[in-house]
Amino acid sequence: MTTPAPLPPLQAPRKLKLATVSLAGCFGCHMSFLDIDERLFELIEHIEFDRSPLTDIKQVGVCDIGLIEGGLCNAENVLVLREFRAHCKTLVAVGACAITGGLPAQRNHMDIGAILTDVYCTRQGLSASCRIPDDPELPLPLNQVHPIHEVVHVDYFLPGCPPSANAFWTFLNDLMAGRTPHLGHGLMHYD
Amino acid sequence: MSDVHDMDDMRAAPGSPATFSLDGQDVEFQAGETLIEAATRAGRYIPHLCWHPDFHPHGSCRLCTVKVNGRAGAACTMQAAAGQEVQSDTAELNAQRKTLLQMLFVEGNHFCPSCEKSGNCLLQATAYQMGMEGPHFEQFYPNRPVDASHPDLLLDFNRCILCELCVRASRDVDGKSVFAIGGHGIHTHLLVNSDSGRLGDADMALGDRAASICPVGVILPKRRGFAIPIGQRRFDQAPVSQQTQGDGDSP
Repeated sequence: MTTPAPLPPLQAPRKLKLATVSLAGCFGCHMSFLDIDERLFELIEHIEFDRSPLTDIKQVGVCDIGLIEGGLCNAENVLVLREFRAHCKTLVAVGACAITGGLPAQRNHMDIGAILTDVYCTRQGLSASCRIPDDPELPLPLNQVHPIHEVVHVDYFLPGCPPSANAFWTFLNDLMAGRTPHLGHGLMHYD
Repeated sequence: MSDVHDMDDMRAAPGSPATFSLDGQDVEFQAGETLIEAATRAGRYIPHLCWHPDFHPHGSCRLCTVKVNGRAGAACTMQAAAGQEVQSDTAELNAQRKTLLQMLFVEGNHFCPSCEKSGNCLLQATAYQMGMEGPHFEQFYPNRPVDASHPDLLLDFNRCILCELCVRASRDVDGKSVFAIGGHGIHTHLLVNSDSGRLGDADMALGDRAASICPVGVILPKRRGFAIPIGQRRFDQAPVSQQTQGDGDSP
């Protein structure tokens, strides 16, 4: 008895949903992601952007992959990170700030109150009415900047400041193919 | 005594070089050599941080831990003996090394993007080699002020991994004993032997061996930032595992 030939799939595989956000970052990682240039067209064949600075969608939906740039420097960062964790099957810490706190964490050995007072009150050249901003819309700063894995579970880390476009490309291709991402020499960079 | 005879048996027999097996491949050694010395001479890589071919082994970083006939030991302190079965490049040992590296990274402030040593740093290159993508542990963010008091050298304690190479170089080569290690446990730290505790008041010169021995970015020459651009540095050229013969000082 011969086995029947497999039926061709009725439709192409579902596109993976990808959300990205920059918390306490500089958007450098996002810029480096865009540096994959024309490969974006190939990428868009396989993925669909959800919340991201590239789409301007404000609320993250249910996603397959979430890329987090930047660490946590204020209460809103923590809120957004928790939303991403709740909505993304695979959460990735992208870049030095998300992974180690990075440049914003260089303030960690100083008192946040002293920094705010120095910047907004006692620094030279300020007008007499200057005071620490206290608009209720402003998220409160954290005492210290933290990397994201200290608050939520992180599935993968993509290091670099920023990770190169090739590192993004290799990483995402591995992820889309269901492989454990592997960067190797030349793509793995902390700087 | 039978023990003595056993030791004799393990030494190199005249005429035929003695060998031990490293990950299944024979490595020749000379009498008195440690495992890492013989392996390095043969172009084989055993991960390490505190070991340097020019200095007496220190055995503190434990990164070179290998399994010799099934038992763990530091390759930098263990003498090679004929017939040893040494395992180094195994998933188990490399996972332990990665954990050690992660602990070293979170214990200090290793902010690679702003470090002049990035690309030439043995800690960073070894972490790349072991596939360390993230720190896993919580960051300590210790407060360690830099010492910029010396006219030609900068001391950034944030990056110190307590390998004691500068202590050994200053004491054994320069004959100055500018550096020492003080404190206990998590409070262990690098000290400068001067009345003020500052490098500017110590008998240290730019040409000293201790000034160029640091495997990380603690002891750096001033006014020499980015002479070689990021991307063209030592470990950008080839991974640390392919540079076993080049374990020299800072470029």
